Amino acid sequence: MSDETPERLRRTMMFVPGNNPAMVKDAGIYGADSIMFDLEDAVSMTEKDAARDLVYEALQTQDYGDAELVVRVNGIDTPYYANDVKAMVKAGIDVIRLPKVESAQMIKDLVKDVAAAEKEFGIKEGSTHVMAAIESAKGVLNSPEIAAASDRMIGIALSAEDYTTDMKTHRYPDGAELEFARNMVLHSARAAGIAAFDTVFTNMDDTEGFYRETKHIHQLGFDGKSLVNPRQIAMVNKVYEPTQKEVENAKNVINAIQEAKMKVSGVISMNGQMVDRPVVLRAQRVMMLAKASNLVDEEENYIEK
Amino acid sequence: MEIKSTAVAGTLESSDIQIMISKGSSDIQIDLESDVKKEFGKQINQVISSTLQKMGITAAKVKAVDKGALDCVIKARTIAAAQRATKTTDKPAWEVL
Repeated sequence: MSDETPERLRRTMMFVPGNNPAMVKDAGIYGADSIMFDLEDAVSMTEKDAARDLVYEALQTQDYGDAELVVRVNGIDTPYYANDVKAMVKAGIDVIRLPKVESAQMIKDLVKDVAAAEKEFGIKEGSTHVMAAIESAKGVLNSPEIAAASDRMIGIALSAEDYTTDMKTHRYPDGAELEFARNMVLHSARAAGIAAFDTVFTNMDDTEGFYRETKHIHQLGFDGKSLVNPRQIAMVNKVYEPTQKEVENAKNVINAIQEAKMKVSGVISMNGQMVDRPVVLRAQRVMMLAKASNLVDEEENYIEK
Repeated sequence: MEIKSTAVAGTLESSDIQIMISKGSSDIQIDLESDVKKEFGKQINQVISSTLQKMGITAAKVKAVDKGALDCVIKARTIAAAQRATKTTDKPAWEVL
């Protein structure tokens, strides 16, 4: 119903260790919006080659449904980077995630390598997208340029472990040490029209802390969160799930648009009030979330529970 | 391509297969250990030998310990082991991948 390309839901990006066949094989069954195969930190130096082969072959044969497929390659300054990028472009990956990005130039270099690999292996030009992980003070301060560095960019993610170390602090339950970085990354993403991903939450025993953090980044406006455990997917989706009231309101907005279209009226009104563009966009996003959470039927009506 | 030294890839964890490749005399000889050897032994051997052939390896001894690996895992581990054994890890076998 929208004239624009529908935006993609990116609530959950699940990390999958690239050298673990059991996890690579099953990655599609948990319903993550994005699956991120990791060739970097989750793989030891001696297994970089084997992990690359494994992820490559899995991508050829395994069915990951509608999930967006992402690979975190090794950093530009490592001997694995060049072959990682070539192999993943050849495999037809959706997105290459570059770690430790500190400048727009790093993304431009990556994009150049990606374009060369597309040409070499006969992959459709421009079909491989990229994203940046911000893991340092320098990366945070340069994030506006990084986010806008290429039209292949789909997102920017904050990686808090390295960042807090760089800042001479560590992670605290209230997340105060991350506020500036979160807002920088988020604003950079929004200004560039791409997605913003929050950092991982690694303490699986602290369910309350996970909900607190997820609610907080949802309130700020992040698209979603990077995850280390499939159990966290349902928890994030729950936080992003719209309420009945929000869904019904969105449905009313969408009905009002359709009515206005039928009447060929330029102005959309609902309950005597004008519906402007931000309201429409928000309604469309609520409907998208409602559909993903199975809250509405085929005609977009809220399903009473 | 010539096997330069014995090399291993893969683990003994569930869903994986460990492939060890060493020098052979004339053809590809596979010694397979698997709980599903009766049902899938032929298929597993076929994936290993066809992958090696595509890499231009005609003589090799292969010891494979399967823990329920899918074909894509068998292929990936065979490629990794063969590249390590032929000392070509730095130049991925793009034609075989």
